[in-house]
Amino acid sequence: MLLATDVNLAHSQSIFNPASPAAHSIVSLAILVLAVSGLIFVIVEGVLLYSVWRFRADADPNAPEPPQAYGSRAIEIAWTAAPTLIVLFLVLVITRTLWEVEVDPPAPMPDDRALFVTVTGRQWWWEYTYETYDNRPLGFTTANELHIPAGEPGQSRPVYLKLVSADVCHSFWVPRLAGKMDLIPGRVNHLTLQADAPGLYLGQCAEYCGTQHAHMLLRVVVEEPAAFDRWLTEQAEPAADDPAARADRDLFLAQSCVNCHRVRGTPAVGSYAPDLTHLMSRQTLASGMIENTPENLDRWVADPQSIKPGCLMPAFGLGSEDQASIVRYLQTLH
Amino acid sequence: MAFAESTRAVGQGDTAVAHPGVATRLHAWTTTVDHKRIGILYVLMSLVFLVIGGVEALLMRWQLVVPDNQFLGPDTFNQLFTMHGTTMVFFVGMPILIGVGNYLVPLMIGARDMAFPRLNAFGFWITLFGGLLVYFSFATGGAPAIGWFAYAPLTERTFARSAATDFWALGLLISGIGTVTAAVNFVATILGMRAPGMTMRKMPFFVWTMLWTAFQMLLALPPLTAALVMILFDRQLGARFFDTSGGGSAFLWQHLFWFFGHPEVYILILPVFGIVSEVIPVFSRKVLFGYEFMAAATMAIAFISFGVWAHHMYCVGMSRTLDLFFATASLLVSIPTGIKFFNWLATMYGGRIRFASPMLFAFGFLSMFLIGGLTGIMLAAAPFDFQLSDSYFVVGHFHWVLIGGTLFGTFAGVYYWYPKVTGRMLSERLARWQFWLLYVGFFLTFGPMHVAGMLGMPRRIYTYGMDDWTVWNQISTLGALIQAPSYLILIYNLVVSLRHGKPAGDDPWDAWTLEWTTTSPPPSYNFETTPVVHSRRPLWDSKHPDDPDWLYE
Repeated sequence: MLLATDVNLAHSQSIFNPASPAAHSIVSLAILVLAVSGLIFVIVEGVLLYSVWRFRADADPNAPEPPQAYGSRAIEIAWTAAPTLIVLFLVLVITRTLWEVEVDPPAPMPDDRALFVTVTGRQWWWEYTYETYDNRPLGFTTANELHIPAGEPGQSRPVYLKLVSADVCHSFWVPRLAGKMDLIPGRVNHLTLQADAPGLYLGQCAEYCGTQHAHMLLRVVVEEPAAFDRWLTEQAEPAADDPAARADRDLFLAQSCVNCHRVRGTPAVGSYAPDLTHLMSRQTLASGMIENTPENLDRWVADPQSIKPGCLMPAFGLGSEDQASIVRYLQTLH
Repeated sequence: MAFAESTRAVGQGDTAVAHPGVATRLHAWTTTVDHKRIGILYVLMSLVFLVIGGVEALLMRWQLVVPDNQFLGPDTFNQLFTMHGTTMVFFVGMPILIGVGNYLVPLMIGARDMAFPRLNAFGFWITLFGGLLVYFSFATGGAPAIGWFAYAPLTERTFARSAATDFWALGLLISGIGTVTAAVNFVATILGMRAPGMTMRKMPFFVWTMLWTAFQMLLALPPLTAALVMILFDRQLGARFFDTSGGGSAFLWQHLFWFFGHPEVYILILPVFGIVSEVIPVFSRKVLFGYEFMAAATMAIAFISFGVWAHHMYCVGMSRTLDLFFATASLLVSIPTGIKFFNWLATMYGGRIRFASPMLFAFGFLSMFLIGGLTGIMLAAAPFDFQLSDSYFVVGHFHWVLIGGTLFGTFAGVYYWYPKVTGRMLSERLARWQFWLLYVGFFLTFGPMHVAGMLGMPRRIYTYGMDDWTVWNQISTLGALIQAPSYLILIYNLVVSLRHGKPAGDDPWDAWTLEWTTTSPPPSYNFETTPVVHSRRPLWDSKHPDDPDWLYE
């Protein structure tokens, strides 16, 4: 039944396709627990089926009642002890895995090149504030696509996520990289990611958070350290200021877009909606829901509700020229 | 008074004695304080809500049959899973078991009624009105879309603006009062009204499980009631218990809710353990093996159930130590549950098993509940749960327990006691149709959910785009379509057999507990003379005077 995961490896969200040390630990525990449960299943279900077959009533209605067995202390003790031993065994292996997987509070080793990111869950998208990398302060914000460096042999690059929520409870779940961790308003949670290999890792919000819970999708882009460094440099820059797009930019800044969205380097400093500074560097729009193409961007700006009903961005009823102008400006935000 | 007089007037006519008017009968049912009628009312109410909750489930399954389906919008879907969960737990699962208990406990202990008959009637009606109030939210523009677990702060006015959440909270609040009154009644009846000779150690096993279920209700409902009052204060009076923007705690709701929520799961299964512990011995023709150990295991489950709630909260960022505590406590439950299971097998072993309908459903219970228990072990293993929590695996798991366990077991009870309640047998042919459709449909519906969950599908999503999940969702929907007619067959069987079923007689199954000594249906006073018992199987003693049970107990 798990073969299905192999067909579509790149886009698998299977928990049995781990790509990080923590996810590997969980899989080994899972296989062990599955094996123990499987064994119990086969034995008990076997006894059940044997009993109903072997002791089914014959046709004779006048057969005497079978011998009555009221119980046996020895037998009871035996089958109390057996599950107790299994429970003890499971508690021990659970303890081991717990101590492997749950590392709190985050404690980077001196030689680690650690990345610290604050993840803010919002109805229904993800905000990432890059704090520091390799002890370098970063301090920029992006949305919905989390870029992290892959580890190399001999150089650990752990990613420490600080998880907070701006509204309701959410849960960060990228199955191939780690178990889930909730984002609860009023609390700060931590999750450590460490990816084995570059690639795209998908996930989504796992705690019901309202209307568009289903489309609060997660994309984690794991990059070679050099590529990740380039990405960091680009993202830290303010927005591109293309002289040819000045008029479009001014129109954008005159709209209410700026109340919610931020474009670093311009007067747009809203903090309620995704940061648009490098919008065109993202592969998707609407929290991973649609591909970031010019047509989709145009549709999204025109009427977000037709794509993601219930999302918190309204349609502004822009005239077709204004609409085109704003989309043109957004497309300069590389 | 007018009604009372008209009853008497009608009663004087010869033909009218057998056929009182509809108004008279309706009046008699609505004003009844007879535990048997109240029990039947509870069961009928649960069956109506079962159909409603089932339709909600079918709509959701149809929405998920293909990726990016447009059949239902997000808000509609979110309302449906909220109402489905709320309905099935509060207005199907609990009331049907309370109803079965209400009917049977006095009969099984040789009493004439419950200890507080008027409180009993009050409990039923307030439970029903609670359910109606929750459903009244539809009339306010839509049901709540908060999930049955209603995590704060999604339930605050900021996020849930319509009155639906208020109706939901108020409905559960008052139906919770009904549940507590039922629990008080069970405790008082069982502790105080047993027939002479029936010591605590000689009670029918079902009565023992109802006693512990009642204790669980008494302890588990108050935290929920408190939390519901707090959320109503937040919404109506501007309090800030769960409003995180005003210093409230979202975390607090989760603890309060699950401190109720997990014992609730055992409230839904302990009485069913009792039912199958009556059915399996009778249809295996053997005494229940290891009664004392079974009784102790029941007690152990009731106690441990209050120490496991945070296994619903492994992903909230508790410490490793707390995760380990709750994992250990949760795994401990498997020990008494295992004891029960082994004792049922030992009861069957060496017996002469008759596969009449009650036993068929008890077999369904045994073979399926085992699987639900084992997936429960997987979920209790905290690190594994970091992956499985809030995925479709969980949906598969608890439906396996609640349908494979609670529902199959309850149906075993329905087939077993229907002859006592009505004086008629249910159709065995229809029972077999129902069983196999349910068994196969259930397997197909909920089996694939485990796979979808392991493939990363979270629960409570109104649609999905992952190709990996499609086929599993389609099998689930197919299973739901196979399951659906089984419930209609049950209802058809219940209705038609009422008039056309084979007459049952007092003791159609050749059983051993007191309810089978009286007529079917029993008279309003249950027993003409108070029975005196000497063992756990008074009818075995009278059927086998040469070899009575009390020699061995």
